[in-house]
Amino acid sequence: MLTNVVPDVSMSKNLIEVRNLVKHFEVSNSFFSSKKNIVKAVDGISFNIKPGESLGLVGQSGCGKTTTARSLCLLDPKTSGNVNFFNPEKQTMESIDNIDDDSLKIFRRNIQMIFQDPYESLNPRWTIKDIIKEPLDIHNIGNLAEREDTIVEILRTVGLTPPENYLSRYPHEISGGQRQRVSIARTLVMKPKFVICDEPTSMLDVSIRISIMDLMLNLAKELEVSYLYITHDLAVARYMCDRIAVMFNGKIVEIAETEELLENPIHPYTKRLISSIPIPDPFNVREKYIVNFDEIDDIISKNPSEKMVDMGKGHFVATHDTKDFLFDT
Amino acid sequence: MSTVLDVKNLSMHYETLAGNVSAVKDVSFSINSGESFGLVGESGCGKTSVAMTLLQLQPENSVITEGSIKLDGKELVGLSEYELRKVRWDSISIVFQGAMNAWNPVIKIGEQIREALREHYPNNSKEENIRKIQELFQMVGLDESTIDRYPHELSGGMKQRAVIALALSCDPKIIIADEPTTALDVVIQDQILNEIKKVQELLGLSLIYISHDIAVIAEMTDKLAVMYAGSIVEMGPTKEVFKSPKHSYTKALLDSTPSIRGEKKKLKSLDGEPPSLINIIKGCSFSPRCPSPTNSCKNQEIEMKLIKVGENHYADQCCSGCVNE
Repeated sequence: MLTNVVPDVSMSKNLIEVRNLVKHFEVSNSFFSSKKNIVKAVDGISFNIKPGESLGLVGQSGCGKTTTARSLCLLDPKTSGNVNFFNPEKQTMESIDNIDDDSLKIFRRNIQMIFQDPYESLNPRWTIKDIIKEPLDIHNIGNLAEREDTIVEILRTVGLTPPENYLSRYPHEISGGQRQRVSIARTLVMKPKFVICDEPTSMLDVSIRISIMDLMLNLAKELEVSYLYITHDLAVARYMCDRIAVMFNGKIVEIAETEELLENPIHPYTKRLISSIPIPDPFNVREKYIVNFDEIDDIISKNPSEKMVDMGKGHFVATHDTKDFLFDT
Repeated sequence: MSTVLDVKNLSMHYETLAGNVSAVKDVSFSINSGESFGLVGESGCGKTSVAMTLLQLQPENSVITEGSIKLDGKELVGLSEYELRKVRWDSISIVFQGAMNAWNPVIKIGEQIREALREHYPNNSKEENIRKIQELFQMVGLDESTIDRYPHELSGGMKQRAVIALALSCDPKIIIADEPTTALDVVIQDQILNEIKKVQELLGLSLIYISHDIAVIAEMTDKLAVMYAGSIVEMGPTKEVFKSPKHSYTKALLDSTPSIRGEKKKLKSLDGEPPSLINIIKGCSFSPRCPSPTNSCKNQEIEMKLIKVGENHYADQCCSGCVNE
């Protein structure tokens, strides 16, 4: 099956290459029925991420964003497709299928994840120190004294100062914004090259949100981290990402550089998504892109995209083999 | 335009073991018929407490210490539970935060709305009530067959539409919408906002829209109040406040909201956290987090008080002072 192939436009090295990633779930109709349905959560998506680049993955809830993230970092086994990552020790691209144990450890160290809910992703019975120390213990990095130093240093990096005040605290003793900083610290303590962020700021208050987003942007610059940033809010994606991929029903329908995508959206779904973001300016009345949403959904499902068309400047759009005027590109 | 709701000097606190938490401090505002009024602020700033106090639905440990809430000239503070039951839903109804998850899972949607109608219109026949619900569903864009569905058969957006239909069921004059779209994604949020706006215009309702998202407030409201630590720190026509915000907190909120339109600008974060409302705050409550505090801000003698800074535009005297200096 050949779907959604995005050719590599530049010659520089990729950090991660995803080719036709597919993840299907089998669900049974009811407890007693033997008939199985297949949910195509991720249905053949491809993208590349370069070192230091952040790619936004945008779409409605249920479009497969989180499943993509989980399959990428081997939390869920993928159904098919290829994921290659850059192994910094061997200096080559390596596939995550049939990976040997040594490479798997390197992969795990270099690919980390920040979860959406800082209230549920930290163990309530562990102190902040334990939480951040766990990955160091598992990967056996440094001796005990060095680990302590690393923890103090990383707490300072994420802005929890003075670090001594936080080491022996439990997650319930700190605020939501501070918890998300601890999540980020736990992630970055491994010095990863690639971090998958699953809506890391959607649970936070407006005033705290920006400081977390700025922290992540600064750390990306300092530590040369690449992000796959998952969100449903294009305004946040615009602030965080160099490129944005729009996902719909398990497929990428459009991928382009951030400003290019916002200024010249081509796919009707992207247009619809952009037109539904409220604008914090009462003088700027947003243009409503009035299209029946179910209609788009219907057309796309009946005419699955066969390939992505290059519109220039790294802008790719899914084409649908249909006579519908909406899809004239 | 006539004033429908007039709130004056409303103060409310919760009695807790640790002390009194002053959640609403000296809040005054008024709403005209057909107008939409926004309340915006961080979590814990007292937005929901104001909404609950308007309907007197606050928890038992809360005490309204002073102030009045006048609905069409009729005082609501101090009414008995029996009298309040006639005001709730008949005059003011509310879409609670997370209300879409509050449907009873074992009772059909239509039956749950009919329960409200039975209580408020005991003389109506069952057929009349069902016809009414069908009209309401049509208004909010739901299929009539939804009446016979159970909550688990509906998506989040559909449940939220049904909640709005429930809020409209007794023809209220005012609807309070407390973060009606927080759990929904942007596309569904857009649809729900359109629905609320359409219904409001169609029925000439007044709307109190509570949100932490200033972008949604910009689109939905004619007039807004910014709340911080239990008090209103700035209030005025939405366009006016966005054009020339007077309070530093309003400015900070505007500067920290990303947008997909306009120049991509560096957003500013607001350091620190809102103060605990258990402690009595002297002087300007925002001064510890203020990006540009002056000496007068730290003066603890200054009381929080709204002063006029433009036509129908009011701001706290401390910060409006800073701007002029």
